[in-house]
Amino acid sequence: MAQTVFAPWDNPDEKPLIQFKNVTKRFGDFTAIDNLTQDIYTREFFALLGPSGCGKTTMMRMLAGFENPSEGQILIAGQDMAGVPPNKRPVNMMFQSYALFPHLSVWDNIAFGLRREGAEKTQLAARVEQMLKLTRLERFARRKPHQISGGQRQRVALARSLAKAPKLLLLDEPLGALDKKLRQDTQFELMDIQEKTGTTFVIVTHDQEEAMTVASRVAVMDEGRIMQVATPAVIYEQPNSVYVADFIGDVNIIEGAATPHPQADGYSVAWAEGQPQFHAKTNRSFAPGQKCFLALRPEKVAISAEPPEEAANRIQGKIIDIAYLGNISTYHVRLPNGTMMKAQTANTRRLSRRSLTWEDAVWLSWTDTAAAVLEG
Amino acid sequence: MRRFTWFNATSLTLGFVFLYLPMVILVIYSFNASKLVTVWAGFSTRWYGELLGNQAFLDAAWVTLKVAVASSTLATVLGTMAAYVLVRSGRFAGRTLFSGMIYAPLVMPEVITGLSLLLLFIGIGLDRGVLTIILAHTTFAMCYVSVVVSSRLVSFDRSLEEAALDLGCTPFTAFRLVTLPIIAPAVVSGWLLAFTLSLDDLVIASFTAGPSATTLPIKIFSAVRLGVSPEINALSTLMIAIVTVGVITASLISKRASLAQQRDAQAAARAQ
Repeated sequence: MAQTVFAPWDNPDEKPLIQFKNVTKRFGDFTAIDNLTQDIYTREFFALLGPSGCGKTTMMRMLAGFENPSEGQILIAGQDMAGVPPNKRPVNMMFQSYALFPHLSVWDNIAFGLRREGAEKTQLAARVEQMLKLTRLERFARRKPHQISGGQRQRVALARSLAKAPKLLLLDEPLGALDKKLRQDTQFELMDIQEKTGTTFVIVTHDQEEAMTVASRVAVMDEGRIMQVATPAVIYEQPNSVYVADFIGDVNIIEGAATPHPQADGYSVAWAEGQPQFHAKTNRSFAPGQKCFLALRPEKVAISAEPPEEAANRIQGKIIDIAYLGNISTYHVRLPNGTMMKAQTANTRRLSRRSLTWEDAVWLSWTDTAAAVLEG
Repeated sequence: MRRFTWFNATSLTLGFVFLYLPMVILVIYSFNASKLVTVWAGFSTRWYGELLGNQAFLDAAWVTLKVAVASSTLATVLGTMAAYVLVRSGRFAGRTLFSGMIYAPLVMPEVITGLSLLLLFIGIGLDRGVLTIILAHTTFAMCYVSVVVSSRLVSFDRSLEEAALDLGCTPFTAFRLVTLPIIAPAVVSGWLLAFTLSLDDLVIASFTAGPSATTLPIKIFSAVRLGVSPEINALSTLMIAIVTVGVITASLISKRASLAQQRDAQAAARAQ
């Protein structure tokens, strides 16, 4: 059976759960969110990604009701949220610091929201047990937050915010305090729980790997604006701007002037005096001589000692530096005009059998579809 | 390295003698059999017995206790509220002025506080008695409470309150269910501070006390003006004993709590 791809944003009949309509938020003179319009759909795992101060946390706090937009509207399930206090919203939040109540046990922390609703006793207990089971915390129910480890605290925070079965769960840098290994495990756990509960998740993070791992769509933000919203693969392979290309992952950015190629449906890019032009295909159109940027991922650049045959682009250089990361190595190669370029290869062979080393003259090559051609 | 050099031992002894010699003498003479305070005539608990028979002292002690409990409770409520508003409201016009005014009574000479309160009570026609002492003590103890509580609130993680709101609390229930239990130790120590301040206050109490109500410090002070009696020594010794027991208990409790916290944290670290 063919699985349908989860892409409600492509379906014009689908009603968005969250709608930002021309939202602006100012703190004094500072504009945190600048005329932002964005839809988020039910069951999405939506990641807000950006450097600190880009406005991602402000967006989340406006959804939770801790901040009010200066202009514009925020709708949740079609209802305007203006003037609705945090305790009246169908939204729960998992805080960066977890914000567990230190004077209450794990059990009481999870039950806290249900008690405020005035849930009936046996129902409440059943729901708390269910949450404990979901987050594998049954053994720690009677402990206080300071009696459990960081990873367990993180799961308590998640259980507590999920207990009321909110329409929308907000996660503010939820894994920031965990070490790398635990963070990776928890990312998969989060995705699993999101799938099981069917809740819409909005996650704020500055860790691009985390956003790419968990999210169905990623919004890359800068200075209060969303630069691009797309699936992780599109964000990575087809960034729409140099900012996005540069923010996500490692990239070589080459500035040049585009000229339509007479034979193929691509462009030749003149990038340096006296150097062969690079060739790239794109569905963007450029006027002859227009300034453009090539965004080329290091892993798409092949590196070899012998000149490669039939490569759309090839250039010779000298290895200046090698960053050995175990599974992959990144080579920093100096081109004849002094430009540095990064090329990456997977270390499928043992270290001793690899031939390239410092100061070696090498050939770099890539296809004409490897680089994204961007306007700026 | 020797830690007890002659110099260290001498300075330690001097310091402690300076602090505690007067009290030790007071305690010793409270067990003096003689009616003359400065002449030792053998051990006796006679003055303790006489003290218990002295109705005036007992009345004063009772008034002092009532005043201390009532005023420290009131001061704790008002001081906590003031601290909460000042720490939480962020910046608003006149905030610095406000917080300055809250703390000003800390450095105000007590004579002036007492005098101004006396003028106020006369002005509004309030008869001086237990009530006026309570109000006066509340006024000056409140700022101490607010200093203690606000220092705790400053380090309080604001997201705890936001989490409570997020989970369905109104601002008031968030304060009651989350903020208050967490800052409780600071509130309790604020109360204790207010209580002891009220217990030993002489200046403000003598301005605001009336003929119908006298507190213990006033009573002791006026009795001493007629000559130090062994009874006063006995009374003071009792007060020293009560304070000592209180302080030791409080520190033991807090030490035990911090030890338990440490143990838990270590256990959690091992459990990871």
